[in-house]
Amino acid sequence: MTVLAEPLPAARRRRARMTPARWGLYAFILISALYFLLPLYVMVVTSLKPMAEIRQGNLLALPVSPSIDAWVTAWASACTGLTCQGIKVGFFNSVRILLPSVFISILVGSLTGYALSLWRVRGASILFGAMMVVAFIPYQLFIYPLVRVFAFTGLGQSLLTIVIIHTIFGLPTMTLLFRNYFTSLPPELFKAARVDGAGFYQIYARIMMPMATPMIVVAVILQTTGIWNDFILGLVFAGRDNLPMTVQLNNIVNSTQGERAYNVDMAATLLTALLPLLVYFGSGRWFVRGIAAGAVKG
Amino acid sequence: MRLSLSSRLSVVLALLPALMVMIVVYIGATGWTVWMSLTNSRMLPNNNFVGLRQYESLFGNDRWITSVHNVVIYGVLFVSLALAVGFLLAVAIDQRVRAEDTIRSIYLYPYSMSFVVTGLVWQWLLNPSLGIQHVLRSWGFAGATFDWIVRPERAIYCLVVAGVWQASGLVMAIMLAGLRGIDDEIWKAARIDGLPKWRVYASIVIPMMGASFATAAVLLSTAVVRLYDLSVAMTNGGPGIASEVPAKFVMDHLFERANIGLATAAATTMLVTVIAVVAPYLYWRARKGDIR
Repeated sequence: MTVLAEPLPAARRRRARMTPARWGLYAFILISALYFLLPLYVMVVTSLKPMAEIRQGNLLALPVSPSIDAWVTAWASACTGLTCQGIKVGFFNSVRILLPSVFISILVGSLTGYALSLWRVRGASILFGAMMVVAFIPYQLFIYPLVRVFAFTGLGQSLLTIVIIHTIFGLPTMTLLFRNYFTSLPPELFKAARVDGAGFYQIYARIMMPMATPMIVVAVILQTTGIWNDFILGLVFAGRDNLPMTVQLNNIVNSTQGERAYNVDMAATLLTALLPLLVYFGSGRWFVRGIAAGAVKG
Repeated sequence: MRLSLSSRLSVVLALLPALMVMIVVYIGATGWTVWMSLTNSRMLPNNNFVGLRQYESLFGNDRWITSVHNVVIYGVLFVSLALAVGFLLAVAIDQRVRAEDTIRSIYLYPYSMSFVVTGLVWQWLLNPSLGIQHVLRSWGFAGATFDWIVRPERAIYCLVVAGVWQASGLVMAIMLAGLRGIDDEIWKAARIDGLPKWRVYASIVIPMMGASFATAAVLLSTAVVRLYDLSVAMTNGGPGIASEVPAKFVMDHLFERANIGLATAAATTMLVTVIAVVAPYLYWRARKGDIR
């Protein structure tokens, strides 16, 4: 798979002199950086302005009298359809979906990857190959049958349902991640543990998972951002009482009656983007590793 | 090494979830969806076989035709622009620039955000009365017009702008990894030969980065077929049906319009498209030995 973008070796780090071409290069980098930063900047300043200022002023202007009123409203009292309890409801729903989903999907994925990589199982390569292929199929092919299956089992739309769903759709990537990692370990490690008489789950829990800590970090990042950002699965499977933050956000912004409160909209949007942004800026290169690892599935 | 009975049982137990998911979800559900598309199911599924009649009405359906039309426009522009922008950014970063890490973080951060967030931010930026158009006019460009989001024939291009903003960083990360994988000797040789830098990129580097381009293109293409959240959040398919997309067509006909037969016919058409895109890629990867 894609190699990670490692830092340049010292030999290549030597800086070039500032020629006109270099100025052009930096101008290009600066302009493109502004393009990428513009939406974030506009979100922040809009969320800090009162509506009167938004209506009369300029989108790009800094707030004259910054206030966090819009943030308070967005968090605690903005209307998501019929109820007006703010985006906090969605936030806590997302947290309740996120924690078990991340844990269980990594547990199942790592176990599958472990079994497929280190234990000689007949048909292992077929199962793995098939998992990689089906990962490309769009959700629209599965959604309706799954809704029927969950209705039939009595689970319907619930917290448990959405956790199972995230586990199912996280399985190919998680399996791939851990299988590739375990395959890359020296085989002597596994053989020695076997000779010592350790069993399947002992080796998994005592030797392999502690060794796989870097992969666990990558998996947590990947699943946290993926599940937090999910919209369609939460919409269909979580049920009305557990709708995740992305769905609630869309309701706040797009189903308002009367005049739109753009400052509240942008505050709610920022609140929803906050966790992935924190994970991203907090994890640095790990995030890129996650992309590289998940790149097979996409 | 031969496995004892208990180990064998443990392995089977560990693989049971994956096996169940494969059989029930991926194969079973897909099969059922394909079968439903051959029936006249409306609000509830039934087994009245009607052959390809759902596909006939699907391709006679204005909304579906618009959706397909849109996803083609979006797909071509989004994939080519994201590849081009991502590649250029990676090349720029690869010129031993200062503050490389910071610049890279700025280019990539949109990718950490959801399509819902992306869609809502760009909806606000492109708002004709208060967004970018308003800014341009207040700067003195009185005639400046940038109201694509409310113009039916232009709305889909707004999704492209937002999509490219979100995904270019991903392409940049993949391309940068590819560029860093290129042997320094090639650059030295090119310098000795006196080749200008752009020629080296055009005739040597780009052809060498086939794998990076293929990976990025496949990732972007699968995102195109999945395009749903962005359309819902940014325009909700509008104005009218101007920015409808196939995934949204399926969802709406399943859950709002209660037309399961038509929805599953649309979903099956999506599946066929994905197979046509992904199969050659997987074949190529399998021959390279990446997937065994």
